Amino acid sequence: MPEISSYTVNFGPQHPAAHGVLRLVLEMDGEVVRRADPHIGLLHRATEKLAETKPFNQSIGYMDRLDYVSMMCNEHAYVLAIEKLLGVRPPERAQYIRVMFDEITRILNHLLWIGAHGLDVGAMTVFLYAFKEREELMDCYEAVSGARMHATYYRPGGVYRDLPDRMPRYRVSEYHNEKDIQRMNAEREGSMLDFLEAFCDRFSGTIEEIETLLTDNRIWKQRLVDVAVVSPERALQLGFTGPMLRGSGVEWDLRRKQPYEVYDRMEFDIPVGTNGDCYDRYLVRMEELRQSVAIIRQCIDWLRRNNGPVMLNDHKIAPPSREEMKDDMESLIHHFKLFTEGYCTPPGEVYASVEAPKGEFGAYIVSDGANKPYRLKLRAPGFAHMSAMDEMAQGHMLADVVTIMGTLDIVFGEVDR
Amino acid sequence: MPSKTETLLEAVKRALGDHLVAAKQDYGEVDIEVAPAGLYTAMETLRDHDELAFAQLLDIAGVDYAAYGEDEWITDEATNTGFSRGVDGFTTGRLGLTGIYGVQPISANTGRRFAAVYHLLSIQHNHRIRVRCFAADDDLPMLDSIVPLWASANWQEREAFDLYGIVFNGHPDLRRILTDYGFVGHPFRKDFPLIGNVEVRYDENRGRVVYEPVSIEPRVLVPRVIRDDNRYADPAEGAADA
Repeated sequence: MPEISSYTVNFGPQHPAAHGVLRLVLEMDGEVVRRADPHIGLLHRATEKLAETKPFNQSIGYMDRLDYVSMMCNEHAYVLAIEKLLGVRPPERAQYIRVMFDEITRILNHLLWIGAHGLDVGAMTVFLYAFKEREELMDCYEAVSGARMHATYYRPGGVYRDLPDRMPRYRVSEYHNEKDIQRMNAEREGSMLDFLEAFCDRFSGTIEEIETLLTDNRIWKQRLVDVAVVSPERALQLGFTGPMLRGSGVEWDLRRKQPYEVYDRMEFDIPVGTNGDCYDRYLVRMEELRQSVAIIRQCIDWLRRNNGPVMLNDHKIAPPSREEMKDDMESLIHHFKLFTEGYCTPPGEVYASVEAPKGEFGAYIVSDGANKPYRLKLRAPGFAHMSAMDEMAQGHMLADVVTIMGTLDIVFGEVDR
Repeated sequence: MPSKTETLLEAVKRALGDHLVAAKQDYGEVDIEVAPAGLYTAMETLRDHDELAFAQLLDIAGVDYAAYGEDEWITDEATNTGFSRGVDGFTTGRLGLTGIYGVQPISANTGRRFAAVYHLLSIQHNHRIRVRCFAADDDLPMLDSIVPLWASANWQEREAFDLYGIVFNGHPDLRRILTDYGFVGHPFRKDFPLIGNVEVRYDENRGRVVYEPVSIEPRVLVPRVIRDDNRYADPAEGAADA
């Protein structure tokens, strides 16, 4: 009788657990994975090449579309790199706003991750809980930028505009009567900061709820504990960053070790794992949610007490106000030049990175002094994590592949760029 | 007291010796260039040397320097009709492209066209470094693979190969990674047009997806301009002129 040594399973690219467009070719020995070969690039849009043909500011919108669940963190890295080239620092208030929105983004990302991860492993409820909260945070995005997801809010020299004094409210419609609307608008009476503070007060309870559903859940633990164990040495070798690295017990967080903006003034803890398995990475991310809330609170507190500009007054890189343009010729010229030609940076090469929710997101810009980057390379954390798929999946069962994909926190927008 | 980058730069100079071609610190970052022949040994030293200890390879970026410093709008002299308005001639993304603009050959200075740029991080000492290595041959750019040193180099090198055609000698599995199955060319090279060479559509008659030459024309919305901005001029140079 001929012996069948191994066979190949094609997973994706249209699989609900493929987190987008991953094609995974699995070499199986019975139900055990012998080799996993991810085929990526199905979402490759050549963002970096497109950026070479556009003035610096016009590519900020593309950054949102890379890791499309942590939009503002991507913008942040790109904008930081440009600011480094230009040698400018945004006003203090803008820095606080950026830190606050970075943390809002982290919560957005981790909520989607826990929802999708739970769904992959078989816990439907978490998904619904998480998406309900995400909606509120996207309203904050919308309040400041006008867009729920692709904000283009961070600009070189600050942020697009100051926080709104009034939160947008719901109106009575054929679907919601007066009483509903009153309830829905209860938290929206004040400014955006009031709305966000109310969210923070409530959100700790939501984290507890999610943890009650999962942390001691027997099925959840059976699926996650001791799956895809990565030692600290291997984590470094494989280029892990963010929660993937911290889950393996390496205490490394750019917000603390190489602080940017005003993170050095923030008080927060860095959670680390001990075993380096999927369960530890889950715990690390859940704790990060709590720390993010703490940081947002500190920002709200500061922003309430301090006013000031949110954008530099240098009209070579930041546009003048519409009002100024109405009666000042020079402002009109500045506006015209800025939005047609853009600005030229000094020649040079810079790398700037932020602690994005998934890990270190970096932007490397080569500039030859033109109004467009000569070369832009984006360092996506997901790319390194995805490349470890083979090593992490080897020896595990087919069902664990889905768990591993969940723990990697993959978004194909940034892996394929 | 010397700054952190200065200390690192000194340590790197001592450790690498002859392998080092150039070293500088700009924008608070340490940036070095190594010779292609000594790339592997240099990287090994960077990883294992006690003072350096770069345990993590974060990123490898391929760069094509063929069109570096070329702009699409003449700004040093104005004619009586003002600056030229349109984009004429050959520009980035159209070098070597056949079409209504003819063919423009690439005239890079040999051996300085393709480079791989490595970003390293040491979490032990909390410092970073950028290592640049130019491939010696422009027609067949080849560098030594550093996969044995850092496992994360595997996909990064595949990406640089896919997008720039830099061949990494000794790579265990050098396949394309981001582009389509059966893709021809290296899309991030400066002579590869932004619009691509082929387009795909579903053919009803043949019942399958077909590839055809692109039907659109390349265009430039905002020309590339390099302005000699006096704000960025080297103060030392300005003093010499005066």
